[in-house]
Amino acid sequence: MRYDSLLDSLGGTPLVGLPRLSPSPEVRLWAKLEDRNPTGSIKDRAAYFMIEQAEKDGLLSPGCTILEPTSGNTGISLAMVAKLRGYRMVCVMPENTSAERKQLLAMWGAEVHFSDAAGGSNEAVRVAKEMAAAHPDWVMLYQYGNPANARAHYETTGPELLADLPEITHFVAGLGTTGTLMGVGRYLREHRPGVQIVAAEPRYGELVYGLRNIDEGFVPELYDESVLTTRFSVPADAALQRTRQLLEKEGVFAGISTGGALHAALGMARKAEKAGERADIAFVIADAGWKYLSTGAYEGTLEEAEERLDGQLWA
Amino acid sequence: MAIEVRIPTILRNLTGDAKVVEGSGDNLSELIADLDNSHPGIAERLVDGGKLRRFINVYLNDEDVRFVGGLEAKLSDGDKVTILPAVAGGSR
Repeated sequence: MRYDSLLDSLGGTPLVGLPRLSPSPEVRLWAKLEDRNPTGSIKDRAAYFMIEQAEKDGLLSPGCTILEPTSGNTGISLAMVAKLRGYRMVCVMPENTSAERKQLLAMWGAEVHFSDAAGGSNEAVRVAKEMAAAHPDWVMLYQYGNPANARAHYETTGPELLADLPEITHFVAGLGTTGTLMGVGRYLREHRPGVQIVAAEPRYGELVYGLRNIDEGFVPELYDESVLTTRFSVPADAALQRTRQLLEKEGVFAGISTGGALHAALGMARKAEKAGERADIAFVIADAGWKYLSTGAYEGTLEEAEERLDGQLWA
Repeated sequence: MAIEVRIPTILRNLTGDAKVVEGSGDNLSELIADLDNSHPGIAERLVDGGKLRRFINVYLNDEDVRFVGGLEAKLSDGDKVTILPAVAGGSR
């Protein structure tokens, strides 16, 4: 397939069946391979849409500085688009993120400011908001509250899924900014009444939940509970086990957050099978495993891998 | 009827630093009332105006209770309840 530029090749990712993990021909699992995007993750869609919108709104002009709290994929995606469009990119990320991500951000020309590991992304969001206040000329796209993030999925990911799988009964994705689930969820609900929208939320080690005060809690502005059918909290050991199973059984080398989505998808599959219902369950491979090799997630026993992952932001 | 409840760090000052406590109740409201008897003050940190607080997430066997009845969510013996503050989480 031929495109005029890298950005033009965004999206249009394959949807592949998982015959070995699907419980039966009536209850099937499908993986949307979002690692096949320009920088290797689903975040390319949101990054591109957010920058396009900011340009349309006259917020961004060449030479501008973009600021974003991000410990990974969104930062990498934004850095790529920013580089091609002539913007300076500054990321705020927690210090306990994988070495690959730091290197990738630097590679695409982003400047990185580290926030304390304690508090995870919450702390990165807080620091970024402070920096934005100190630099009023910088543009914070703010993925957690930017409607263009969810709209990217409403206009691209959702229609792609429905076109490839008109019989879709469930959509499962990881819950972070909530952009994917909100956008795809709204689109599918409008076109497939009765479709189930299922969130898989990663459960981290205690460090990440170490707030001083409950009022420091955070719910992304994009989040609308009514779009979801349900929401699961997936512990690291389950996510790791599923990530390995996906590789072992289907040959798909995915990042660890994908294991969380698969865990929830398999749960829904089990439920449908028990109830004797037909199901076509699509879930998102948010990225491939390359960026997580240094975490040791793919080596040794599950217990060893889980121990190495403790305290890291694995999704 | 014993239900295992995992307590987040931010609330452990109320449970004598215990990570896991036990409680009982036929639904989440009753469980929280029971927890408040053994750990006074905990109900007020979880519930406000008859609803779960915005920045508190409660999971029943890993499923967000807001989708299975909220405070009315039915509980049975052996269920596992996890309380966590809502945070921005990991790498976005």
